[in-house]
Amino acid sequence: FPGLADVSISQDIPVEGEITVPVGSHSPDEDYSTLDEPVKDTIVRDLKAVGKKFVHVMYPRKSSALLRDWDLWGPLVLCVSLALMLQGGSADSKDDGGPQFAEVFVIIWFGAVVITLNSKLLGGTISFFQSLCVLGYCVLPLTVAMLVCRLVLLAGAGTISFIIRLIVVLAMFGWSTLASTAFLADSQPPNRKALVVYPIFLFYFVISWMILTFTPQ
Amino acid sequence: IACLVMYLFAEFDDAANLLAANPDATTISIDEPVETPKNQHSRLQEPGREEDDELLGTDDSDKTELLAGQKKSAPFWTFDYYQTFFDVDTYQVLDRIKGSVFPVPGKNFVRLYIRSNPDLYGPFWICATLVFTIAVSGNLSNFFIHLGKPTYHYVPEFRKVSIAATTIYAYAWLVPLALWGFLMWRNSKVMNIVSYSFLEIVCVYGYSLFIYIPTAILWIIPQKVVRWVLVVFSLCLSGSVLVMTFWPAVRDDNRRIALATVGTIILLHALLAVGCLAYFFDAPELDFPAPIIPAHNGTTVVTKSH
Repeated sequence: FPGLADVSISQDIPVEGEITVPVGSHSPDEDYSTLDEPVKDTIVRDLKAVGKKFVHVMYPRKSSALLRDWDLWGPLVLCVSLALMLQGGSADSKDDGGPQFAEVFVIIWFGAVVITLNSKLLGGTISFFQSLCVLGYCVLPLTVAMLVCRLVLLAGAGTISFIIRLIVVLAMFGWSTLASTAFLADSQPPNRKALVVYPIFLFYFVISWMILTFTPQ
Repeated sequence: IACLVMYLFAEFDDAANLLAANPDATTISIDEPVETPKNQHSRLQEPGREEDDELLGTDDSDKTELLAGQKKSAPFWTFDYYQTFFDVDTYQVLDRIKGSVFPVPGKNFVRLYIRSNPDLYGPFWICATLVFTIAVSGNLSNFFIHLGKPTYHYVPEFRKVSIAATTIYAYAWLVPLALWGFLMWRNSKVMNIVSYSFLEIVCVYGYSLFIYIPTAILWIIPQKVVRWVLVVFSLCLSGSVLVMTFWPAVRDDNRRIALATVGTIILLHALLAVGCLAYFFDAPELDFPAPIIPAHNGTTVVTKSH
């Protein structure tokens, strides 16, 4: 290389300068470190995010907040409370009773994972945890239904209470399915939407069945 | 000799010119074998014709299998490999379900509907639906049968869901595995024209279970006659789909082995139906309070009718 033949680095000239590369734009989260803030602020911020998502589920609109900032706190809280409320049913000691706590947990989480895998295998563009987040949050109407059912059962276990419970569970089941479909259906290829919606329908149907057949001791 | 060589070169030039002038000449001849299977289908009446049908069907499927081989070339530890098994649209799944419920005599389910694109969506979700349908229907049916009795306390019977799941998924995956292994073994001894891949057999079995879903819902009706009529009816429909699929694969074998294979397929299918009916659905007994009939010689006879 003829051009470089004349270059020589003298050994008594120190090399100095700045190595850091300036970052173009700072996103607002990195302006301050969240490590120094009081714990109350962190918890309140997370609680607000969870609460905002609950509101999005109860009034499903085409907003992408649920999809963009996913978290799994809400689904965990809902799943645990639903599983706890399904305990104390008939025949805890016998074999043919209601679902155990672990069974409810496994059904909800394993069912959500299987539906997410199914929608991804069919060519969906949603990410794994976003889909888990949506499916978990949309269990909220059914948890409300379970609460209502337990309150109605405190009053009595006759035919009228069964009809009330049936109507409430059916309405909440429809709400859950519609809410999750509103969030998830857009990320699917158009000629496969029904293939993705059907397992969601089956998933919430099974949970509704568990809620409806809950009979107290 | 130079003249001979020049003449030969001229011949080659002519041939090259002919080909260049008529590039479509080769494509026309390829189209012809694709045309004739349609003619064969329309003339298909007696089972003797099935052989020609299968032969031409195999040609067609050889080509499509080559293409499918190119499609499924991703290694098995990547996500894309499994995505090739879910490459179906809604209308294709609905068509396959329709083909399993209304078997057309003489047509092969695999050749007609699957066409070297076996999917795992149908078998998996049909089995899942069947598991929950059987569990829920069984629970409902028992509830209605025992409704009036004072000693009856309703239980959701959640254990039965896991038993149903184990049974049905084991049937839908282990029986095709055994059948595939058996057909491969026979293939090495007797040259069969028709052979199926493992996924195609899983596909046929999965879709043939679809008829049991409405059957399980109708089993809620607490009449023994109705239930057994339903068993026979659904067994005939889905059994015929299975028989028409697997008979061409064992037809060229030893007569006894062919009949034994088809018989075992039908027997296992029937066992599944009858077993589910017996385990998940209680017998609909009509419980009258025992009437006491005073006999002529003073002894009382207590009868209880079923």
